[in-house]
Amino acid sequence: MIRRAVVLALVLAMGAIFATLLAGYAPDGDLNLTARYYADRTAPDIGSANIVTAIIVTYRGLDTLGEVTVLFLSATIVGLVLAGGRRRETAQRPPVPVGELLTTGSRFLVPLIMLLGVYVFVNGHLTPGGGFQGGAVVASGVLLMLLADPLKHFSHRLIAAVESVAGFAYVVIGVLGLVLAGGFLDNRILPLGELGALASAGAIPLIYSLVGLKVGAEFSSMLASLSETEEL
Amino acid sequence: MIAQIAMATGFALILIGLYGALTNHNLLRMIVAFTIADTGVNIVIVAVGYMAGRTAPILDAAVPAAEAAQRIIDPVPQALVLTAIVIGLGITALMLAYAYKLYQKKRTLDIGKLTELKW
Amino acid sequence: MLAMTLLLCVAMIGAALVAIRTDGLPVSILAAGLLSLLASVVFLVLASPDVAMTEAAIGSGLTTFLFFFVLGRVRSGEREGGEHD
Repeated sequence: MIRRAVVLALVLAMGAIFATLLAGYAPDGDLNLTARYYADRTAPDIGSANIVTAIIVTYRGLDTLGEVTVLFLSATIVGLVLAGGRRRETAQRPPVPVGELLTTGSRFLVPLIMLLGVYVFVNGHLTPGGGFQGGAVVASGVLLMLLADPLKHFSHRLIAAVESVAGFAYVVIGVLGLVLAGGFLDNRILPLGELGALASAGAIPLIYSLVGLKVGAEFSSMLASLSETEEL
Repeated sequence: MIAQIAMATGFALILIGLYGALTNHNLLRMIVAFTIADTGVNIVIVAVGYMAGRTAPILDAAVPAAEAAQRIIDPVPQALVLTAIVIGLGITALMLAYAYKLYQKKRTLDIGKLTELKW
Repeated sequence: MLAMTLLLCVAMIGAALVAIRTDGLPVSILAAGLLSLLASVVFLVLASPDVAMTEAAIGSGLTTFLFFFVLGRVRSGEREGGEHD
């Protein structure tokens, strides 16, 4: 078929470009200037043990604010696109039988999953993980709740409240950085503390917890919107 | 060497995803192909930052702050990819929502039957 | 380490081919989820634990479920057909 041949030619052409890139790739022997700056200055300036966290929350904090905004927009659009006709009563449908195992298991597991999520985002400046990962873990707890009780109407209002309060507090902390420290989202509004302690790195644990709550609420709202769509 | 292997795999995944997205007729399967290409791009970017014999950019007892610059790999690509993965889920959810809406209207996921978009 | 990376990469390409060539959509979605899971191990090998965690939680966990939510709605109406040209 001619269409498939065109596609194949396109893919092969891109493959040729990629092969050239790969053949010309030589790994760096040393860190480049930017990375070296981050490696040297993170401990004294930011006080965060995890350099990736320092980059995401402080050095490129404005990017992260934009990212969270994009995520909020896409969650909103998903809700908006799927909103038509969702309000019809889900309770009228005959209850879908959910296994006893899933119901009991979710009662036991959901608090643990939520706790793990909170642990992941509170320790974001010390260990791998942070707001985005922790938010995703929290959202998987919500997902388990959705699976165990599909008929329960999920509280969109609570999700929206958590989401907007966390987002607002995030921006307020950013502005506080502008007033009390060196710039927007500067983490030095709180004492830096000792490297490696839980209460260290200034405002990073606070900011990353807020990001975690916000991201968790956004993912939960996406999952709830998609799972509550009307049966055809 | 590990970086080159991972990078080649990433490029291969991009090509596979592209091919799948262009040849399949089912909308859901096109979205699956897009997520495959997405993963491929992420692997390529992370592989660019990798340096053999170095460790993750986390300061602890094994990597003291004073010699961090000699011991860790480039943290910038990791921060970028972390962002890209999160945004990737947002985009996937958006594509799925539109695909579902389209299905509700047209009762089909086959793009061959969605004649308004025919070229 | 090198052998493990090679094995993972071959498995990833295999999963990707299954995902775009197989007949059933559920298999395709699961193969894409498996691909993400393997990718998170590759990220770990590439010394990026942060990215590995994100990929495992988001790429292979939540994305797969989003697909299944939509698939569950769609399947009741239509048996898929006309997959390949």
